[in-house]
Amino acid sequence: MTQATAPAASSSSLPAPPAAQKDGRTAQRSLGRRLLARPEVGALIAAIGVYLFFFSVAPSFRELGSLSTVLYQASVMGIMALPVALLMIGGEFDLSAGVAVTTSALTAAIISFQLTVNVWTGVFVALIVSLAVGAFNGWLLIRTGLPSFLVTLGSFLILQGSNLAITKIFTENVASDSIADMDGFEQAKSVFASEVTLAGVDFKITIFYWLVFAAIATWLLLRTKFGNWIFAVGGNKDSARAVGVPVAFTKIALFMGVGVGAWFVGMHLLFSFNTVQSNEGVGNEFLYIIAAVIGGCLLTGGYGSAIGPVIGAFIFGMVNQGIVYANWNPDWFKAFLGVMLLIAALVNLWVRSQATRR
Amino acid sequence: MTNTSEAAVSGTAVSDGAPVVELDNAGKAYGNIRALHGVSLSVHPGKVTCVLGDNGAGKSTLIKIISGLHQHTEGEFLVDGRPVRFNTPREALDAGIATVYQDLATVPLMPVWRNFFLGSEITKGPWPLRRLDIEKMKETAGQELRNMGIVLDDLDQPIGTLSGGQRQCVAIARAVYFGARVLILDEPTAALGVKQSGVVLKYIAAARDRGLGVIFITHNPHHAYMVGDHFSVLRLGTLELSAARDQVSLEELTNHMAGGTELAALKHELAQVRGVDVEELPEAEDLTATATATATATKDGAA
Repeated sequence: MTQATAPAASSSSLPAPPAAQKDGRTAQRSLGRRLLARPEVGALIAAIGVYLFFFSVAPSFRELGSLSTVLYQASVMGIMALPVALLMIGGEFDLSAGVAVTTSALTAAIISFQLTVNVWTGVFVALIVSLAVGAFNGWLLIRTGLPSFLVTLGSFLILQGSNLAITKIFTENVASDSIADMDGFEQAKSVFASEVTLAGVDFKITIFYWLVFAAIATWLLLRTKFGNWIFAVGGNKDSARAVGVPVAFTKIALFMGVGVGAWFVGMHLLFSFNTVQSNEGVGNEFLYIIAAVIGGCLLTGGYGSAIGPVIGAFIFGMVNQGIVYANWNPDWFKAFLGVMLLIAALVNLWVRSQATRR
Repeated sequence: MTNTSEAAVSGTAVSDGAPVVELDNAGKAYGNIRALHGVSLSVHPGKVTCVLGDNGAGKSTLIKIISGLHQHTEGEFLVDGRPVRFNTPREALDAGIATVYQDLATVPLMPVWRNFFLGSEITKGPWPLRRLDIEKMKETAGQELRNMGIVLDDLDQPIGTLSGGQRQCVAIARAVYFGARVLILDEPTAALGVKQSGVVLKYIAAARDRGLGVIFITHNPHHAYMVGDHFSVLRLGTLELSAARDQVSLEELTNHMAGGTELAALKHELAQVRGVDVEELPEAEDLTATATATATATKDGAA
């Protein structure tokens, strides 16, 4: 008994003076290992490898014009890959992301054409619809507790069907009517689908938006409260809730972020081509997820970066165009992408085990 | 024997003011399952209230009510004398009640400092550019951990790379920093070794000396008796014993905890099992001796 109370008695002198010396068991992690702890390092190494590969085998790949094409390919996919990656870090998927782009473009086109209003009205309505789709996905997920795979698979099918059916009701065709001669079109085109000439080469404006959005996403993720919450709800939802993180708000906001991305890309496609094919976008949701995973985002959430999917999308663009420049059969593209995905997944697995090793 | 320890504790206990948190005949039913019923409990600043009980006794339900994860369905839950009902853990935190959960409520892949401030981040700057004050958070987290006697070389390492004891200490340091008034610890010593348990008990005493009201949930009466001022033993969702330190001895506590009558029944049962398994029954005296030895071993094991 006397022994048992001894610690209690001596505890009155606590807290003990802080021990300044290290306890000797936790060695400072080496610079190399700390670098490897960055989620996008694996993808960066892969990107350099792919670049050097096509640089050596395809002479036309070395031209600046080719770089512009590669970057354009990467940007259209990469703009969507950013919110999809944030969502993935937050622990969820969105399988409706691909067709949501088409939904947004169709909404703007049909509203503008049928009501004969300024295209900006259509653009605005499309934004509302895209946000609503995202909010619906998030709300249903929180409300039902179903996995996001199921919830968004449902909304994917709903959107895909509605895209076709509603377009046919208005145009009796699978494509929307051209809005090229409507009020505000040129202005909207200059915002969403113009080109910038640098060093004699035309660069699509989406490339610059893509990089700006990536910078904003990085800042959001690493420097704000909301970013902290994204990692937390993806890493351990219950712990996050227990320490006071608004889990429902964070997840719904992330789904609405995907909505904003879908709206932006949808507007780009609409003002590039004047019209939208209502069956487009199917399958793109996987490309976004692939870009995020190649970029080092953990499929199960809680780990990743915004720079990673930028690199992932860049790899996608390089492979997509590189095969053409190398005069290979472009049918091989998907096979190549699949190999890249598996390698990336394995590299990420290894990198993470290195980073979290004691 | 009891007196010496009493003196040691009352020497450090600060005030005997009004209770910060009080449960009055509180209970909780999940559908038609009554997990908790008629439990009264009060937590005073600078005192340690121990809640003991075997698995399934209702300890977890009790703390979930106080920490805002669940809501009580009967009785009253008072904070500063006013009836409350917390809908989220955030509301409990805002009322100054912080909890160290059994699973520690940490996000393994996030850095130590981000875990420390998760849900209560410090920010700076005007709205569109409002951002995390990373330097301040790292400095504060490092300082608070040092105050608890934990020195980490790298606050940026994922918290999942720390040992169980270190993670426990980070969780306690976080709760002490944010809790301000009431600290709830859910079986903090359950997964720890002897030495680490001692460290955690020292933190409990340190938190008490800083004037916090502490609720210490455990199934180890020895640990409870080292730091506790008041003991509540739960059994099958109701309060079996509620006694101040000077009203109960460690032996009595252990007995209540282990269920004294159950031990006697267990002794009898073991004897019977022996009788069935072994064809040649041992002598009556041998049998009793073996059964007692087994029961004692079980008791020690539980402790």
